Amino acid sequence: MIDRDEVRHVARLARLELSDEEVDRMAVELAAVLEHISTISELDLAGVAPTSHVVAVENALRADEPRPSLSRERALASAPAVAGDGFAVPSPQA
Amino acid sequence: MSDLVGLSAAQAAAAVGAGEIDPVALFEAYRVRAAADQLNAFTWVAESAPPAVAGPLGGVPLAVKDLFCTEGVPSQSGSRILEGYRPPYTATVVERLAQAGAPLLAKTNQDEFAMGSSTENSAFGPVRNPWDPGRVPGGSSGGSAAAVAAGLAPWALGTDTGGSIRQPAALCGIVGLKPTYGAVSRYGMIAFASSLDQAGPLTRDVTDAALLYSQMVGERDPCDSTSLAFPGEIELPQRSDLRGLRLGVPAELSGEGIEPGVLEVFAAALELARSLGASVEPCALPHAPHALAAYYVLAPAEASSNLARFDGVRYGYRASGADDLLAMYTRTRHDGFGAEVKRRIMLGTYALSSGYYDAYYGRAQRVRTKIAEDFATAFERFDFIATPTAPGVAFELGSKTADPFAMYLNDFCTVPMSLAGIPAISIPCGLAPPPGGERPLPVGFQLAGPPFSENGLLAASFALERALGFDGSAVRG
Repeated sequence: MIDRDEVRHVARLARLELSDEEVDRMAVELAAVLEHISTISELDLAGVAPTSHVVAVENALRADEPRPSLSRERALASAPAVAGDGFAVPSPQA
Repeated sequence: MSDLVGLSAAQAAAAVGAGEIDPVALFEAYRVRAAADQLNAFTWVAESAPPAVAGPLGGVPLAVKDLFCTEGVPSQSGSRILEGYRPPYTATVVERLAQAGAPLLAKTNQDEFAMGSSTENSAFGPVRNPWDPGRVPGGSSGGSAAAVAAGLAPWALGTDTGGSIRQPAALCGIVGLKPTYGAVSRYGMIAFASSLDQAGPLTRDVTDAALLYSQMVGERDPCDSTSLAFPGEIELPQRSDLRGLRLGVPAELSGEGIEPGVLEVFAAALELARSLGASVEPCALPHAPHALAAYYVLAPAEASSNLARFDGVRYGYRASGADDLLAMYTRTRHDGFGAEVKRRIMLGTYALSSGYYDAYYGRAQRVRTKIAEDFATAFERFDFIATPTAPGVAFELGSKTADPFAMYLNDFCTVPMSLAGIPAISIPCGLAPPPGGERPLPVGFQLAGPPFSENGLLAASFALERALGFDGSAVRG
């Protein structure tokens, strides 16, 4: 139901590195879970509306008033790497 | 000291209010017990009592699941990717409870990102069940459940996405309430599946659950756009009989796949409900058997999106040695997430990916509609639905880790209510031996009701609790 190439493709979408051994194991485990899940394909769901959320709340807005927010210092406090006033990351093109 | 621990949270709060006990001594008594924990129930324990706040919760200290953000205190959601993370703010519900007089005692161990039913998926090691340390406490709020059952905390906060409050409460012989979706603010909860996650109490008895929950609800939180104002207030339960109460028992959730010992204790509890005046009749939830399949599409799909934020940039762990940005992301997530979290991210990403969206996510959303309709129809004839909380009693550590779906089956009786967003409570209803075992272990009785029926659920549970007379004091040590 799901082969190794598909596992690798999904892992790329999920930004998740997997070793070859993990790809093999994931293919087996996902196939087993998907087999159980595929029971919902037996149901007749024609004309049934999808539910994405059980609470019917629309336009839940708060008052648009200025208030103090997290200081730059505190926002950066937990970052693994900081450069100047921002988060430091490796170059996208390296 | 031990006499302080012998009091329920509500009794302790009343005694503090009457000036009979000193809240600092109460905090210290529990702090010492929590610090000496042998069950691995905690990820952090306070070093001293914070300044006292007078309020209806009487200074009775609270254990809080690791995934609630607590300012300056480690909040890691059981994950290596957040190891050592100390958030700059506190979750709304934890803040509300602190203001009502429940100071933070400890953070509790959990399955990583609340994904699991045994608390074996924690980066900080598994939690043990105080009834039998060779067995799991359930999950994902296993640390909270074990701590309350063992008397290491008077009460605790957990979260329930597909059963993560109710199932560990059942396996540890305590009370757990999953509120109506939206009743409690999710602001500051490290998200798993946003359309399902709800915070709720894990307590020694129903009165404690009502007292703690009464301070969790209220006005809607402007920081959580899905939160709702609770209509009215939560009252302390008084009910002593169940006259006129109509209980529906769905065959789909109380027969096949449930351990015989559990069914026996459940049937006895139903008989007791009858003797208290309730009517007990079969009811139909025809789509409930498909709830698990729908849940294991929807929850991982939401999780795969929510967990995209863990990228090694703003907080938490970052893998070293990656020379470009993409390698840093993928390696950080490889090293930082545990096996079950990776499985769910993969499952969710697959279900949302081009070509599979309609077959999996779209269909699961439609099954969710049918399940909610099943409940709405049942509540035309019944006040509440009764089922066993979990299909079995506490199982042995390591016995279900090899097969992911065997573990998922633990959520069989709790997931339908989660998908429908309705409130449900689990109370201990007796003991049953595990298959092939001798020493009896707690069994949970689940009652579910329509949205915002928490007062009625608590009242009925209170009457049943008194009649059942379940005694968990032996494991409080």
